[in-house]
Parts: sequence; structure tokens; C-alpha cells
Amino acid sequence: MFTFLLTDIFFYIIFFSLIIYINYVRKTPDIRETWSYVFKNKTGIISAVVLSFFMLTALLDSIHIKDKIYNEDRNEYVYSQEINSILDIILLPISKNTEKSYSSPFSSHLYSKETVKSYNDKEKRIYPKLLHKGNHNKYLDDNIKNIFFTSLLSILKSFILVFFIYILIFREDVFKNKFIFSPLKRNSVLFSSLLIMLSIILILYDLGTQYYVLGTDKVGEDVLYKSIKSIRTGILIGTLTTIVMLPFAVFLGIFAGYIGGYVDDIIQYIYTTLNSIPSVLLIASAILMLQVYMSNNPLEFENIYERADLRLFFLCMILGLTSWTGLCRLLRGESMKLREVEYVQASQTFGLKKMSIIVRHIIPNIMHIVIITVVLDFSALVLAEAVLSYVNIGVDPTTYSWGNMINAARLEMSREPIVWWSLFSAFLFMFALVLFANLFSDVVREAFDPKASKNYE
Amino acid sequence: MIKYIIKRFIYAIPILIGVNLLTFTLFFVVNSPEEVARLHLGNKRVTQEQIVQWNEERGYNNPLFYNNSEKGFNVFKETIFYEKSLKLFLFDFGISDSGRDIKYDIKQRMLPSLAIALPSLLVGLFINITFALFFVFFRSTRVDYIGVIFCVALMSISSLFYIIGGQYLISKLLHLVPISGYAQGYEAIKFLVLPVIISVVYGIGSGTRWYRSLFLEEIEKDYVKTAKSKGLSESSVLFNHVFKNALIPILTGVVVILPLLFLGSLIVESFFGIPGLGSYTIDAIQSQDFAIVRAMVFLGTILYISGLILTDISYTLVDPRVRLK
Repeated sequence: MFTFLLTDIFFYIIFFSLIIYINYVRKTPDIRETWSYVFKNKTGIISAVVLSFFMLTALLDSIHIKDKIYNEDRNEYVYSQEINSILDIILLPISKNTEKSYSSPFSSHLYSKETVKSYNDKEKRIYPKLLHKGNHNKYLDDNIKNIFFTSLLSILKSFILVFFIYILIFREDVFKNKFIFSPLKRNSVLFSSLLIMLSIILILYDLGTQYYVLGTDKVGEDVLYKSIKSIRTGILIGTLTTIVMLPFAVFLGIFAGYIGGYVDDIIQYIYTTLNSIPSVLLIASAILMLQVYMSNNPLEFENIYERADLRLFFLCMILGLTSWTGLCRLLRGESMKLREVEYVQASQTFGLKKMSIIVRHIIPNIMHIVIITVVLDFSALVLAEAVLSYVNIGVDPTTYSWGNMINAARLEMSREPIVWWSLFSAFLFMFALVLFANLFSDVVREAFDPKASKNYE
Repeated sequence: MIKYIIKRFIYAIPILIGVNLLTFTLFFVVNSPEEVARLHLGNKRVTQEQIVQWNEERGYNNPLFYNNSEKGFNVFKETIFYEKSLKLFLFDFGISDSGRDIKYDIKQRMLPSLAIALPSLLVGLFINITFALFFVFFRSTRVDYIGVIFCVALMSISSLFYIIGGQYLISKLLHLVPISGYAQGYEAIKFLVLPVIISVVYGIGSGTRWYRSLFLEEIEKDYVKTAKSKGLSESSVLFNHVFKNALIPILTGVVVILPLLFLGSLIVESFFGIPGLGSYTIDAIQSQDFAIVRAMVFLGTILYISGLILTDISYTLVDPRVRLK
């Protein structure tokens, strides 16, 4: 049985609009030309491949399922309170077992000593063995051998997978012409980055079923699983926020710039006022008030999943409402310029209505600013989530997020010896996502911004 | 000039009123004072008397806008809106929910904030501009390309990583400076070195890229081509012409954030236990002391607006072409 959380629905909307946009790009030659610049660029291809894997993970994690459980008392099947996503089902071999407490990456024993009673009733302080993973029956040399061969096998698997994808895409070239590898020359960057990404994922997955690749946390949960689950939160905050703010920014910006007059004054006043408040303080006040509201009306948010989800949604809303001002100001300036351009003036003299001028002439000509801003904001928002969660005004503490992981790691860092892997994995995943988002946005800006392209000659 | 400045100050008033109304709505209309009190006292088993008492102690027991039980002008004066919102215009921040004088606290905490923010800004500016000039000098070469990639990588690391990593490496492993804390007078320096270094390192990625693009924009202009065709060397064009002209956007960009330096940096201060306004705000957010948050929102807005006015003034000072009307 599928269930839809609020953020799920919005995430589907994002995907749906992405598909519509891709369709639109394919039909419009000049925009297709601009985008093809992005995908001819090496950095562009690599970062697009990496980002699409992140997006795919987030999408899989956004399709939620409720299990049916047989209730013996009432003699019928009922839906459980537990909500799982497709990703949870895929990751079940990694996540199903938990240990007692901390264990370091690839370790076979717990990280701290425990007092255990031995056979002759004597108490001993030893490092207990891990219950589920870690291969603790074998010697160290065997372990390294095992890790090596498992990864080798996973790489082999990914080679085969990529080969099938290759045949699938270029079946005509491959079967008609004798040269199987001729399309490969053109797309070598694409396929090598695909191969590397798939290998990394398969290695992590295969090793993850045998070891705690990134260790376990305080309650013995696999850190790798936690980091992967956090991808959805990061991506959602990066994308949903933009979706929330876009309509405001685009329409208010255009109205202010194109219509002018007192409409312009009012809109300018609104965004200057919002912009004058330091954004952290505005976000903090809004979230604090949301917290008060939620704690005073606990009945409306009974299910913990829905409660956490609603908080994530509101966080995106609030971040969106504080960040639309910059884009709005840019669009206002651009529409003011466009109002004076000859073809817009001509359409006015022909008697076109204001709305149709906006839709047909203004919006297509400001789209490049919108795209650049959306891509640029994404990485900043992912980074902001961690900071906000650290200040306790971010996502719900029960939500998997890198910010929450870092927050929890503060205490771990002061332990002796320190527990570093939780923090490390959160930063590693966040770094990967933000780095490739930044690289991608650079290429996109290069392609779309007429001014920027000069600088990169 | 003076006329223009006065005009700018008058323009700032409606914005401040807007901010004031917005914070008032957020803090008192979305949730009634009673609900806030209930949260502070712990949700369960709170008697009505406790809530009334809590609100009375902090002056939240009045009606929002209009007090029926008073006479004359006091119907407006004895309200939450007057007491808690309008009084901010007189810089009367009142007392915090925990009973401390907010104005006194802010005065005490401004200096430590500034002691971190100002050196970070100046050192960061110097380092970022040096790097940017270096990359621009080697533009379109491998040095520039690798430099830009390096900057993007530095930008992609979370600020928390710099702080936690720096604290661990320098304080815990190398024992060079204390992990956190603060002292008065010159003793403070040893506590300030690490936060300043970390703020500077954190800013290198985005700062260098930003100044690099400023210089590159300037280098495209016609006067640079003229200077080069006259036979001037690359370095003399870069340092004498491009750098001087790029100083205008750099200076105005700095001026706009100068007043905001008083607010300090939220996370750095709270990690290093520096008693500045940043950690003050964080503590207030975490203990849900709304009186302080309200005061900080208002203060932040005033500082931001004064930054904008200062920028306009500094434009006329550095660029004689700009005239204010």
C-alpha cells in the first residue's frame, strides 16, 4: 500500500516539472543548444551523472509503503504505523541488524570494552564481538583478502551493467555497424563516470552487507545507511525550497519590473523589508514559532513520520520565503530592461494584452536568470541545513540528515579515543553532493550567462 | 549630500515599521503569549495560575493592541504592542524572559564579537585579494584552472567541518591554543587566534572566486586594452590600473557588511565559547528566549540598513563619477 507524505508529493511535482522542462528544451532549438553546451563539457557530464545518482536515491526514498500486519486480537490485517520507502527495502541487507553501540569502520568488535562474565564466573573486561557483521571468525589477513575480492567482484558487476546499458542505448550502431566501440569514443567521459559511480555504489553495497563500512553509531545503527538516508533530506531542502519560492519571485519580480507604478513600490517595499532582516534570525524566529505551535497542538501531528515530514516541509517553506528576495530583485531589473526593448514595444503597439506579453516575451527571456539562481542556490541550501540543524532550528531530530549526524558527533568528538566516523561520513556525503552541485552550477552559468562565458575563455 | 542622507534615513523608517510588525505577528499573533508560557513551563500539568503568573512577571499579560481596562492614552500604552514592539524604536529592549537586562547584555557582548569579526574580515580580505590577483595574473593557464577547482572544493566543505576539524587539529592534537573560552584584555588574543584563522580559511574559497571574477570583469574593459597597447607590462597594468578600479566594488562590498560585524558569527562564537552577540543569539534560540530573539532581529535590521546607507555614502567618496540626488 503506497502512502504519500506531503514532501513526497512535492518531490513528485518537482520531478514532473523537470520532465516537462526537458520536453520543452527538446522542442526549442536555441535552449537545446545552450543545454548541449553543458553536456559537451567534461565537468558538466561528470557532475550531471553524479547528481542524477543522488537524485535517483532521493526519488527512491520518496516512494513510501505501509506494510500490512496481521493483528491477532482483531483477527484482521491492519496497516502498520511503520512507513518504509523503496530505498529502505533495497537497503534492507545493510540496515536490518543493529549492534549495541559504537564500532569503527570494518571492525569486528565493539569500540569500547564491556564487562563480561566468563565460564568460571570471573568478570572480564573485553571488546565484545559484533553480533551481525564484521566477519569476526576470520583472521585479519583473510579480512583484507575478502574485502579486496568482494570489491573486485562488484567492479566486475558494474562493468557488465554498464556494458548492457551501452548496448541498450546504441543497439542500432552496435548491431548494424561492425565497430562495436565507435560510439564509445564520443561518449567516453559519460560511460567512464557512469562506471566509476556504479562501481562505488556496488562496492559500498556488497561490502555493506558483510561489514559496517562506515562503522556504527551510538545505538549501533549502520552509519552508511544513515548517510544514504540523509540524501533525501539534503536534496529536498535544496529543491523544494526553490519550488516554493519560484512563483513568488518570478511573478512579483515581473509585475514590479514590467507594470511598474505603485505595484512596483509595494513589491519593492515587501522585499526590502524581508531582506533587511538577517536571514538566520528570520528563519530562527519562524521555526521557533512553528515549534511552539507544534508542541501546543500535539494531537494534529500524531504519527512521528508525518510530524517530522511536516517540519521538513515548513523548513523548506520558511527558507523559501526568506530567499526569494534576491531573485525577485534580479528579475525586476531584467523585466524593466525588457520593457524598453523594441520587440516588446512593438507588441504593445500591436495591442497585445499585458499578460500575453509577459507570457510570450518576458518569461522566456528571464528564464536564464531563474535557472542560474536555482542551480546556484542548491548547494548553499544543502550546506545551510547542516548549520540550522546544529542550532536546533533545522529538521526534526528524528529525521535522517547530515546536520543531525554532525550535531550528534559533537559529543563523540570529545570522547577518548574519539569516534570520528559519523562526522566523517556526514561530511563526506555532503561534500560530494555540494561539490558536484557547485561544479554543475559553474558549467550551467557558463552556458546561460552571456557575461560569464567571456571570463572562461 | 546631507539632504540625501536625511532622505535615506527617512526611507528607512517604513522598513523598520514593517520589520516591527512582522516580528510582532510572528511572536505574538501566531502563538498567543499563553501558549508560549505553556511551552516554557513544560506542557503537561501546568495550572492556569502558573501561566498567568509567568506572563505577569514578563509583562505579557496585557492585551495585544487595545486595553479596555485602562483610560485615556493608556488604552494604547498598556498593551503588548506598545511595551514589547514600539519601545524597540527607542532602543529599549526590555528584559529577557530569564529576567536579564537585554540592553546591558548587548553592550557587554558587542566587543568580543567585534574582536573576532574585524580581524577575520581584514585578514580574509588581504588573503583573498592576494590569491585572486595571483590567479588573474596567470589567467587561462593551468595555474588558474587548478586554482578555481581548488576554490570550488574549499567552498563545498561545510563551515562546521572547518570549525570541528580546526579545533581538533590545533587545540586537541597540537595543544597550541586553548579549545574554547575567553578572557579580558590582552589575554583574549590566545582565544581569538583560532576562530579568526578558521573564519579566514572558510572564506578563502568563495572570497577568492568572487574577487577573481571582479578583476576579470575589469580586465575586459577598453582602458586595459589601451594601456596594454601603449606597451605597459602585464603586471603594471594589473596592479596599477585594474586593481585600483576594482577597489571601488571591493570597498563598497566591505562597507555594507561593516555594521553587521557587531552581530558576530553565530556558529564560530558558540563553538569557541566566546561571549559575543552570536553566541548570545544562539543561546537565546536554544533556550527559546523570545525576548532576546526579537531584540536581535530589530538590532540586525537597523545594522543592515545603516550598512546600506554607509555604502551609498562611500560610493561618492571613492568614485567621483557618482553623485547622489
